[in-house]
Amino acid sequence: MKEIILNIQNLTVSFDNDKVIDDLDFSVKKGDVIAIVGPNGAGKSVLFRTLMGLVPHLGKIEWSPGLKISYVPQKFSAEKDFPLTAREFLHLKSKNQDKITSALESVGLKNKQSDMHHIKHHLLDQRLGWLSGGQLQRILIAWAILDNPDVLLFDEPTTGIDIGGEETIYNLLKKLNDEMALTILLISHDLNIVYKYANSVLCLNKEKICFGPPREVLDPQALIKLYGGEAKFYKHEHKN
Amino acid sequence: MHDLYLQLTIAILIGIGAGYLGSFMVLKRMSLVGDALSHVALPGIALALLWNFNPFFGAFVVLFFATMGIWILEKKTELPSEALVGIFFTLSLAIGLLLTPEPELLEALFGDISKVSKNDLLITIGSVVVIIVTTSIINRGLIISTLSKDLARSMNVSVNKINFIFLIMVSLVVALGLKVVGTLLMGSLVIIPAAAAKNISVSISKYTFFAGLFGALASLGGIFAARLLTIPAGPSIVLTGGVIFLITLVLKRR
Repeated sequence: MKEIILNIQNLTVSFDNDKVIDDLDFSVKKGDVIAIVGPNGAGKSVLFRTLMGLVPHLGKIEWSPGLKISYVPQKFSAEKDFPLTAREFLHLKSKNQDKITSALESVGLKNKQSDMHHIKHHLLDQRLGWLSGGQLQRILIAWAILDNPDVLLFDEPTTGIDIGGEETIYNLLKKLNDEMALTILLISHDLNIVYKYANSVLCLNKEKICFGPPREVLDPQALIKLYGGEAKFYKHEHKN
Repeated sequence: MHDLYLQLTIAILIGIGAGYLGSFMVLKRMSLVGDALSHVALPGIALALLWNFNPFFGAFVVLFFATMGIWILEKKTELPSEALVGIFFTLSLAIGLLLTPEPELLEALFGDISKVSKNDLLITIGSVVVIIVTTSIINRGLIISTLSKDLARSMNVSVNKINFIFLIMVSLVVALGLKVVGTLLMGSLVIIPAAAAKNISVSISKYTFFAGLFGALASLGGIFAARLLTIPAGPSIVLTGGVIFLITLVLKRR
């Protein structure tokens, strides 16, 4: 039995008397990949911010003591004209060149053979806002794993990544999960990703609709409850 | 010290401080706050003129309270406080216009670098050093919190504290710049060098450096142009900044 590293009980978050998360319970074990799914405005990003201690809440959030948690927020304003290079961005977290190199290797932006000059020129010395969506996500993940965290909270951006690129990002997260024993909580908008990569799914629409292994708990009923009218589309995908 | 050298030294130092700090204001999308803010200084200058003390202090005190107002607004509401800032600040401009003695009005509005004293030099050196050192200390937190407030908070960067310190620096630089370009043009002294630097910089280190450099060049070129053409230095400095901006725009397009 794997050790439980996060335990959430009766978690309720309200903004101006409006409940955004209602009486949520779930727990996370070491090494889990947990996907959080739900319609827009279901409280997914708020849940992450609450877990990071950024939002006042009622109920219990118990992290195991001494855990290092890294967070990649969805809202990230690297506009095209923001003058900050990828290298400078990474330096905001750590100036240790060895750590940076190994993080770049982990996220697949550098391999042993690749020419450092090429990487410098085309990646590290480029503005963050000029990188492709996939490259930016890899840099964000590299940033997140720079200090060898135990847990990664990854809030997927809704736009900007092509399908091919998206798939490999999840391969990458899965690889980090295997190799670094990294526990991953991710917010996803794509149920296919959830089936393929997560060992548990939390269906959230203000309250918990389902929680457990995707193939067991993502039944048509749960999906209808979660997405309402949109469910047909997802049901079809589920049968494949 | 020769008058011209005194003016040049003061104007260049202020150009560096305003350009450097302005680079962060532009990133934080508060360049217009800086502009509106400079209008608040007018009642402070007016009181200083009426009661005969250095207008820098009058302006700084008023600006300090105004920035605290913005800070509290930002903290409490998380909303862009633009409309309130706009209303509050134009009102204080109106009050300032009524209070300022007529003969000094033009100076207060557009600055007059020819009236600087050695005291002003000391104030300027001290303030610019404080601005640059303080901003370099908080610059990591400033950048992270500009990228994402959540990211910053998750890394234990105290966003509120950093914004607070930053706003004090803003009021300091605005109070300084009033001497050079006056209440109405101060906004441009923080915005233009930064906007020009942004055109030609990929990295933040180059961007902040060029913003300071362009601030200095605008002051230098502006004062010489003012002498040459016998025009007031304030508008001349701002226009020189405009020329620098146009040049960087052309370089960017290539």
